[in-house]
Amino acid sequence: MTTEDYLALLQQARADGDYSAVIRAIPYANTIGVQLFEMGSQPTFLLPKNKDNIGNPMLPAIHGGVIGGFMEMSASLHLLLMNETAALPKIIDFSLDYLRAGRHTDTYASCQVWRQGNRVANVAINAWQTDIDQPIATARAHFLMV
Amino acid sequence: MSDTLTVKASRFVSVLPHCTVLGMTVLHGDENGVQMSLPYSEQIIGNPASGVVAGGSLTTLMDTACGTAVFVALPGNELCPTLDLRVDYMRAARPGSDLIAQATVVRVTTSVVFTRCDVYQEINGERKEVARCTANFMRIGKQIGGAA
Repeated sequence: MTTEDYLALLQQARADGDYSAVIRAIPYANTIGVQLFEMGSQPTFLLPKNKDNIGNPMLPAIHGGVIGGFMEMSASLHLLLMNETAALPKIIDFSLDYLRAGRHTDTYASCQVWRQGNRVANVAINAWQTDIDQPIATARAHFLMV
Repeated sequence: MSDTLTVKASRFVSVLPHCTVLGMTVLHGDENGVQMSLPYSEQIIGNPASGVVAGGSLTTLMDTACGTAVFVALPGNELCPTLDLRVDYMRAARPGSDLIAQATVVRVTTSVVFTRCDVYQEINGERKEVARCTANFMRIGKQIGGAA
Protein backbone atom coordinates (compact mmCIF):
# COMPACT_ATOMS: atom_id res chain seq x y z
CA MET A 1 0.00 0.00 0.00
CA THR A 2 1.35 3.45 -0.96
CA THR A 3 0.82 6.66 1.03
CA GLU A 4 -1.59 7.77 -1.73
CA ASP A 5 -3.62 4.54 -1.32
CA TYR A 6 -3.86 5.08 2.43
CA LEU A 7 -4.89 8.72 2.03
CA ALA A 8 -7.57 7.65 -0.49
CA LEU A 9 -8.86 5.11 2.04
CA LEU A 10 -8.96 7.88 4.65
CA GLN A 11 -10.78 10.28 2.33
CA GLN A 12 -13.39 7.61 1.57
CA ALA A 13 -13.79 6.87 5.31
CA ARG A 14 -14.34 10.57 6.06
CA ALA A 15 -16.98 10.76 3.31
CA ASP A 16 -18.78 7.60 4.53
CA GLY A 17 -18.27 8.13 8.26
CA ASP A 18 -17.02 4.52 8.40
CA TYR A 19 -13.43 4.23 9.60
CA SER A 20 -13.17 0.45 9.86
CA ALA A 21 -11.12 0.11 6.64
CA VAL A 22 -8.65 2.77 7.85
CA ILE A 23 -8.02 0.75 11.02
CA ARG A 24 -7.99 -2.64 9.24
CA ALA A 25 -5.26 -1.39 6.89
CA ILE A 26 -2.85 -1.08 9.85
CA PRO A 27 -1.32 -4.54 10.43
CA TYR A 28 -0.44 -3.98 14.13
CA ALA A 29 -4.00 -2.76 14.86
CA ASN A 30 -5.24 -6.08 13.43
CA THR A 31 -2.66 -8.11 15.34
CA ILE A 32 -3.97 -6.92 18.71
CA GLY A 33 -7.55 -6.38 17.41
CA VAL A 34 -8.18 -2.60 17.72
CA GLN A 35 -11.68 -1.46 16.67
CA LEU A 36 -13.61 1.81 16.67
CA PHE A 37 -16.33 1.18 19.29
CA GLU A 38 -18.34 4.35 18.71
CA MET A 39 -17.70 7.69 17.09
CA GLY A 40 -20.02 10.10 18.95
CA SER A 41 -18.52 13.55 19.49
CA GLN A 42 -15.24 11.84 20.43
CA PRO A 43 -14.19 8.33 19.34
CA THR A 44 -14.05 5.42 21.79
CA PHE A 45 -11.82 2.49 20.85
CA LEU A 46 -12.29 -1.17 21.74
CA LEU A 47 -9.73 -3.92 22.23
CA PRO A 48 -11.85 -7.11 22.37
CA LYS A 49 -10.89 -9.98 24.69
CA ASN A 50 -8.18 -11.93 22.83
CA LYS A 51 -6.13 -14.84 24.22
CA ASP A 52 -3.19 -13.84 21.97
CA ASN A 53 -2.88 -10.57 23.95
CA ILE A 54 -2.29 -12.28 27.29
CA GLY A 55 0.97 -11.43 29.07
CA ASN A 56 0.30 -13.08 32.42
CA PRO A 57 -1.24 -16.53 31.86
CA MET A 58 -1.80 -17.11 35.59
CA LEU A 59 -4.19 -14.22 36.40
CA PRO A 60 -4.84 -14.14 33.38
CA ALA A 61 -4.03 -10.56 32.38
CA ILE A 62 -3.41 -8.65 29.16
CA HIS A 63 0.28 -7.96 28.41
CA GLY A 64 1.13 -4.47 29.70
CA GLY A 65 2.80 -3.73 26.37
CA VAL A 66 -0.42 -4.54 24.52
CA ILE A 67 -2.35 -2.14 26.76
CA GLY A 68 0.29 0.49 25.92
CA GLY A 69 0.17 -0.38 22.21
CA PHE A 70 -3.63 -0.13 22.23
CA MET A 71 -3.51 3.29 23.93
CA GLU A 72 -0.84 4.62 21.54
CA MET A 73 -2.80 3.34 18.54
CA SER A 74 -6.00 4.91 19.95
CA ALA A 75 -4.27 8.30 20.33
CA SER A 76 -2.90 8.14 16.80
CA LEU A 77 -6.30 7.14 15.35
CA HIS A 78 -8.04 9.81 17.46
CA LEU A 79 -5.91 12.51 15.77
CA LEU A 80 -6.64 10.97 12.38
CA LEU A 81 -10.41 10.59 12.91
CA MET A 82 -10.82 14.06 14.42
CA ASN A 83 -9.11 15.55 11.34
CA GLU A 84 -6.24 16.87 13.41
CA THR A 85 -3.75 15.28 11.01
CA ALA A 86 -3.71 14.41 7.30
CA ALA A 87 -2.01 11.04 7.74
CA LEU A 88 -0.90 8.81 10.62
CA PRO A 89 1.08 11.05 13.00
CA LYS A 90 4.54 10.01 14.27
CA ILE A 91 4.83 9.29 17.97
CA ILE A 92 7.64 11.18 19.76
CA ASP A 93 7.26 9.90 23.30
CA PHE A 94 4.82 8.11 25.55
CA SER A 95 4.35 7.95 29.31
CA LEU A 96 2.14 5.22 30.75
CA ASP A 97 0.96 4.61 34.32
CA TYR A 98 -0.60 1.24 35.13
CA LEU A 99 -3.37 1.55 37.72
CA ARG A 100 -4.91 -1.94 37.82
CA ALA A 101 -4.27 -5.32 36.23
CA GLY A 102 -5.79 -5.49 32.74
CA ARG A 103 -8.03 -8.55 33.05
CA HIS A 104 -8.63 -10.93 30.17
CA THR A 105 -11.75 -9.09 28.99
CA ASP A 106 -12.81 -6.25 26.64
CA THR A 107 -10.83 -3.01 27.08
CA TYR A 108 -11.82 0.51 26.00
CA ALA A 109 -9.83 3.69 25.42
CA SER A 110 -10.67 7.33 24.82
CA CYS A 111 -8.44 10.35 24.29
CA GLN A 112 -8.28 14.04 25.03
CA VAL A 113 -6.16 16.40 22.94
CA TRP A 114 -4.83 18.93 25.47
CA ARG A 115 -2.77 20.95 23.04
CA GLN A 116 -2.52 20.97 19.30
CA GLY A 117 0.38 23.11 18.11
CA ASN A 118 1.70 23.53 14.59
CA ARG A 119 4.08 20.61 14.92
CA VAL A 120 3.30 18.74 18.13
CA ALA A 121 0.10 17.42 19.70
CA ASN A 122 -0.23 16.47 23.37
CA VAL A 123 -2.79 13.71 23.89
CA ALA A 124 -4.03 12.09 27.12
CA ILE A 125 -5.40 8.55 26.95
CA ASN A 126 -7.45 6.57 29.48
CA ALA A 127 -8.13 2.85 29.30
CA TRP A 128 -10.83 0.99 31.24
CA GLN A 129 -12.68 -2.32 31.25
CA THR A 130 -15.97 -2.74 33.13
CA ASP A 131 -16.15 0.74 34.70
CA ILE A 132 -15.05 3.96 33.01
CA ASP A 133 -14.46 5.47 36.47
CA GLN A 134 -12.01 2.67 37.37
CA PRO A 135 -9.34 3.08 34.66
CA ILE A 136 -6.74 0.31 34.30
CA ALA A 137 -4.15 2.70 32.82
CA THR A 138 -3.64 6.36 32.04
CA ALA A 139 -1.12 7.76 29.58
CA ARG A 140 -0.02 10.78 27.61
CA ALA A 141 1.70 10.94 24.27
CA HIS A 142 3.35 13.57 22.09
CA PHE A 143 2.94 13.27 18.34
CA LEU A 144 4.74 14.97 15.50
CA MET A 145 2.03 16.11 13.09
CA VAL A 146 2.49 15.29 9.43
CA MET B 1 25.94 -18.46 36.42
CA SER B 2 24.84 -16.23 33.56
CA ASP B 3 23.90 -19.27 31.41
CA THR B 4 21.51 -20.31 34.17
CA LEU B 5 20.01 -16.81 34.15
CA THR B 6 19.66 -16.83 30.34
CA VAL B 7 17.66 -20.05 30.76
CA LYS B 8 15.60 -18.48 33.58
CA ALA B 9 14.84 -15.49 31.32
CA SER B 10 13.98 -17.68 28.32
CA ARG B 11 11.61 -19.87 30.34
CA PHE B 12 9.86 -16.77 31.74
CA VAL B 13 9.29 -15.25 28.26
CA SER B 14 8.30 -18.58 26.65
CA VAL B 15 5.10 -18.80 28.75
CA LEU B 16 3.88 -15.28 27.86
CA PRO B 17 1.37 -15.86 25.02
CA HIS B 18 1.64 -12.43 23.39
CA CYS B 19 5.47 -12.62 23.29
CA THR B 20 5.19 -15.97 21.52
CA VAL B 21 2.78 -14.45 18.99
CA LEU B 22 5.31 -11.70 18.18
CA GLY B 23 8.24 -14.17 18.15
CA MET B 24 10.28 -12.48 20.89
CA THR B 25 13.30 -14.39 22.15
CA VAL B 26 15.88 -13.94 24.90
CA LEU B 27 19.44 -13.62 23.58
CA HIS B 28 21.16 -13.28 26.94
CA GLY B 29 20.38 -12.80 30.63
CA ASP B 30 22.51 -12.09 33.68
CA GLU B 31 22.13 -10.40 37.09
CA ASN B 32 22.42 -6.93 35.50
CA GLY B 33 19.86 -7.28 32.71
CA VAL B 34 18.66 -9.11 29.62
CA GLN B 35 19.00 -8.81 25.86
CA MET B 36 15.99 -9.74 23.72
CA SER B 37 15.05 -9.69 20.07
CA LEU B 38 11.82 -8.85 18.26
CA PRO B 39 11.95 -10.08 14.65
CA TYR B 40 10.62 -7.71 11.99
CA SER B 41 7.34 -9.07 10.65
CA GLU B 42 4.20 -7.92 8.85
CA GLN B 43 2.13 -8.20 12.05
CA ILE B 44 3.97 -5.38 13.89
CA ILE B 45 3.74 -2.79 11.10
CA GLY B 46 2.10 0.45 12.24
CA ASN B 47 2.33 2.43 9.01
CA PRO B 48 1.09 0.40 6.03
CA ALA B 49 2.61 2.87 3.54
CA SER B 50 6.16 2.92 4.94
CA GLY B 51 6.32 -0.49 6.66
CA VAL B 52 7.59 1.20 9.86
CA VAL B 53 6.72 -0.80 12.99
CA ALA B 54 4.09 0.44 15.45
CA GLY B 55 5.36 2.17 18.58
CA GLY B 56 3.21 -0.28 20.52
CA SER B 57 5.26 -3.27 19.40
CA LEU B 58 8.36 -1.55 20.81
CA THR B 59 6.46 -0.75 24.03
CA THR B 60 5.71 -4.46 24.33
CA LEU B 61 9.34 -5.39 23.62
CA MET B 62 10.63 -2.92 26.24
CA ASP B 63 8.03 -3.81 28.89
CA THR B 64 8.88 -7.49 28.39
CA ALA B 65 12.66 -6.93 28.43
CA CYS B 66 12.53 -4.77 31.58
CA GLY B 67 10.08 -7.13 33.32
CA THR B 68 12.25 -10.13 32.46
CA ALA B 69 15.37 -8.30 33.68
CA VAL B 70 13.58 -7.75 37.02
CA PHE B 71 12.52 -11.41 37.21
CA VAL B 72 16.09 -12.55 36.53
CA ALA B 73 17.70 -10.07 38.96
CA LEU B 74 15.54 -11.13 41.92
CA PRO B 75 16.04 -14.43 43.72
CA GLY B 76 13.38 -17.15 43.41
CA ASN B 77 10.44 -16.56 41.08
CA GLU B 78 9.18 -13.17 42.24
CA LEU B 79 6.65 -11.51 39.91
CA CYS B 80 6.60 -7.70 39.79
CA PRO B 81 3.92 -5.80 37.86
CA THR B 82 4.89 -2.69 35.87
CA LEU B 83 4.14 0.52 37.75
CA ASP B 84 4.95 2.85 34.88
CA LEU B 85 6.81 3.13 31.63
CA ARG B 86 8.18 6.19 29.83
CA VAL B 87 9.29 5.75 26.23
CA ASP B 88 11.19 7.95 23.73
CA TYR B 89 10.94 7.00 20.05
CA MET B 90 14.14 8.50 18.65
CA ARG B 91 13.96 7.35 15.05
CA ALA B 92 11.65 5.25 12.91
CA ALA B 93 12.82 1.64 12.95
CA ARG B 94 14.20 0.51 9.57
CA PRO B 95 11.63 -1.82 7.91
CA GLY B 96 12.98 -5.35 7.45
CA SER B 97 15.50 -5.24 10.30
CA ASP B 98 15.07 -7.04 13.62
CA LEU B 99 14.89 -5.03 16.85
CA ILE B 100 17.19 -5.71 19.78
CA ALA B 101 16.37 -4.60 23.33
CA GLN B 102 18.98 -4.29 26.06
CA ALA B 103 17.29 -3.91 29.46
CA THR B 104 19.23 -3.01 32.60
CA VAL B 105 18.23 -3.22 36.25
CA VAL B 106 19.35 0.10 37.72
CA ARG B 107 18.39 -0.40 41.40
CA VAL B 108 16.46 -2.87 43.52
CA THR B 109 14.77 -1.63 46.71
CA THR B 110 12.39 -3.42 49.08
CA SER B 111 9.32 -2.02 47.25
CA VAL B 112 10.40 -0.91 43.78
CA VAL B 113 12.79 -2.06 41.03
CA PHE B 114 14.09 0.66 38.68
CA THR B 115 15.03 -0.33 35.11
CA ARG B 116 15.91 1.17 31.76
CA CYS B 117 16.02 -0.21 28.26
CA ASP B 118 17.53 0.67 24.86
CA VAL B 119 16.17 -0.63 21.55
CA TYR B 120 18.43 -0.62 18.51
CA GLN B 121 18.93 -2.14 15.08
CA GLU B 122 22.18 -3.31 13.47
CA ILE B 123 22.27 -1.54 10.09
CA ASN B 124 25.37 -2.33 7.97
CA GLY B 125 27.32 -3.22 11.09
CA GLU B 126 26.33 0.05 12.76
CA ARG B 127 24.17 0.25 15.88
CA LYS B 128 21.21 2.59 15.30
CA GLU B 129 19.27 3.53 18.44
CA VAL B 130 15.51 3.42 17.80
CA ALA B 131 13.89 3.84 21.22
CA ARG B 132 14.63 3.92 24.93
CA CYS B 133 12.58 3.71 28.08
CA THR B 134 12.65 3.81 31.84
CA ALA B 135 10.26 1.46 33.62
CA ASN B 136 9.59 0.89 37.30
CA PHE B 137 8.20 -2.29 38.83
CA MET B 138 6.41 -2.91 42.15
CA ARG B 139 7.56 -5.70 44.45
CA ILE B 140 4.24 -7.11 45.65
CA GLY B 141 5.85 -10.25 47.08
CA LYS B 142 4.08 -12.66 44.75
CA GLN B 143 5.88 -15.80 43.59
CA ILE B 144 5.01 -17.82 40.49
CA GLY B 145 3.02 -20.80 41.71
CA GLY B 146 0.95 -18.76 44.16
CA ALA B 147 3.09 -18.91 47.34
CA ALA B 148 3.82 -15.44 48.75
